[in-house]
Amino acid sequence: MWRFIGFRVLQAIPVILSVITVTFFLVRAAPGGPFDTEKAVSEQVRAVLEARYQLDLPLHEQYLSYLGDLFKGDMGPSFYYPGRSVNDLIFQGLPITAELGFYALVFALFIGSLAGVFAALKPNSAQDYVPMSIAMVGICMPSFLLGPLLVLVFGIWLDVMPISGWGNSPGDKVLPSITLGAMYAAYIARLSRSGMLEVMNQDYLRTARAKGLPEHVVVLKHALRGGLLPVISYLGPAFAALLSGSFVVETVFQIPGLGRFYIQAAFNRDYTMILGTTVFLSTLIVVFNLLSDIVAAWLNPRLRYQFRN
Amino acid sequence: MNSTQHSELLDNIIRGTSLWEDALYRLRQNKLAMIGMVYLIFMVIICLLTPWIAPYGYEEQNLRLGAVPPNAEHWLGTDTFGRDMLTRILYGGRLSLLVGFIATAVALVIGVTYGAIAGYAGGKTDNVMMRLVDIFYALPYMIFIILLMVVFGRNLLLLFLAIGAVEWLVMARIVRGQIQSLRQQEYVEAAMSLGLSPAAIIIKHLIPNALGPVIVYTTLTIPNVMLLEAFLSFLGLGIQPPQSSWGVLISYGVETMEEYPWLLIFPGLVLTLTLFALNFLGDGLRDALDPKASKD
Repeated sequence: MWRFIGFRVLQAIPVILSVITVTFFLVRAAPGGPFDTEKAVSEQVRAVLEARYQLDLPLHEQYLSYLGDLFKGDMGPSFYYPGRSVNDLIFQGLPITAELGFYALVFALFIGSLAGVFAALKPNSAQDYVPMSIAMVGICMPSFLLGPLLVLVFGIWLDVMPISGWGNSPGDKVLPSITLGAMYAAYIARLSRSGMLEVMNQDYLRTARAKGLPEHVVVLKHALRGGLLPVISYLGPAFAALLSGSFVVETVFQIPGLGRFYIQAAFNRDYTMILGTTVFLSTLIVVFNLLSDIVAAWLNPRLRYQFRN
Repeated sequence: MNSTQHSELLDNIIRGTSLWEDALYRLRQNKLAMIGMVYLIFMVIICLLTPWIAPYGYEEQNLRLGAVPPNAEHWLGTDTFGRDMLTRILYGGRLSLLVGFIATAVALVIGVTYGAIAGYAGGKTDNVMMRLVDIFYALPYMIFIILLMVVFGRNLLLLFLAIGAVEWLVMARIVRGQIQSLRQQEYVEAAMSLGLSPAAIIIKHLIPNALGPVIVYTTLTIPNVMLLEAFLSFLGLGIQPPQSSWGVLISYGVETMEEYPWLLIFPGLVLTLTLFALNFLGDGLRDALDPKASKD
């Protein structure tokens, strides 16, 4: 197990390092400097600004100094918001995005695995077809469509839900969480259905039934652990997708989270902010992929044994 | 059973059925996949014919009319400039489908070439090439596409390349796996001993035999790509006005949905139905061409 974890951690380091490098040089290669605004800036002011943000140094020195700062946890000042650091902005948005993602994931896991297990218990019946058809709709309906439609129906026509904001009025967290979670609920439903179907025919379940266990014990205690395995390994990639989904959901519902900051930074050409957020989000995603691999290996010994030789 | 039927049956037994005939038969049995295919063919044809069959001009405004709900003259209503929605959806579809097909083609070319080389070379080369794919795979690609669109400006060609460049990874894995197992077969050895170059062996003998999974995955990539384009356009980072795609129309629709809900509902419906059709067709093709692969 430790060998497996060590191998995976070693694999993650070059990934993060290459993200930092690629992003850094991409952003530097961008046409147009950060101070090319509508107002012309005099030569002296530009020189002072460039010196302040270390843009006058040779590129490789800038890169090394950025890496050094990053190692100390400092992502530099924002180009667009004077006097604010990228760290500030990220940690202002992060709790909100994390909360949104958490609710969405809980919703997706609960609804998704419930629907999937339910469908797998009676395959090829109405109990299977109805939730699976809804899941197909969930996969095909993009969040930037589902969100506005939910707002239109529940917020405007029925007028029972707040239509935007986060934590300002009661219930305004419900629609964004459902919007973000819906697609994952659909995937999880499909994954848990096929996972359960595979497990339900295994010998060890026949043994469990043969020794006289009631059906709900068979399902809950024996089948779920194996049947939900695909869901566990999906959680890592799902987390990454949740983050990019939060870009849209936060834009639609006007939530001041990390995703919205990222999109705004992209529009404002706030290069340090783009760089910082990209590095931060990528590291987060890599770490979550790592964690989900480790949990999957812990649940499924076959995966660990591959690393024995 | 009369004698003609009998001889037909005998004929079939003697003739046998090829893999492709077999797959076509299985595909025909799948109603959802067939409905999806018919819908898609219909959609592609009307989008291709749009400049000739659209009821109004693409930029034709009617400011006096403004936004009206669906009626006999404007089947899907008009937008705030009095432009016909049906026309705009058809023109938007051209671009959405174009991005879907071209970006998928980019992914296909890169993925198949890369995968085939890795699978054929084997050993160290294969190891290094596939490690690289693993690394790319762990990257948050959505963030990278946004980054690319920001850094290099928002043009259509870049959009194709950026989307294609992130979608080739799975294709490379699939092709490599196929080629690796096909490589061991005698007919490849025979081709080698006849002195065929590796490139000729890969192109003439290996890729055609790995085509099934490639077709399946290609069909499933198109909806992903279209979704990605719509997502970027919705955020304002993809296709730029005056050009429009379904994503652009949806993002306009959202702004005015309170007063003019049809501006959101119709483009949304068309996009969702198209993604639906592509997914059903992809699932159907997978069941037909690769019966061993499970449903998920």
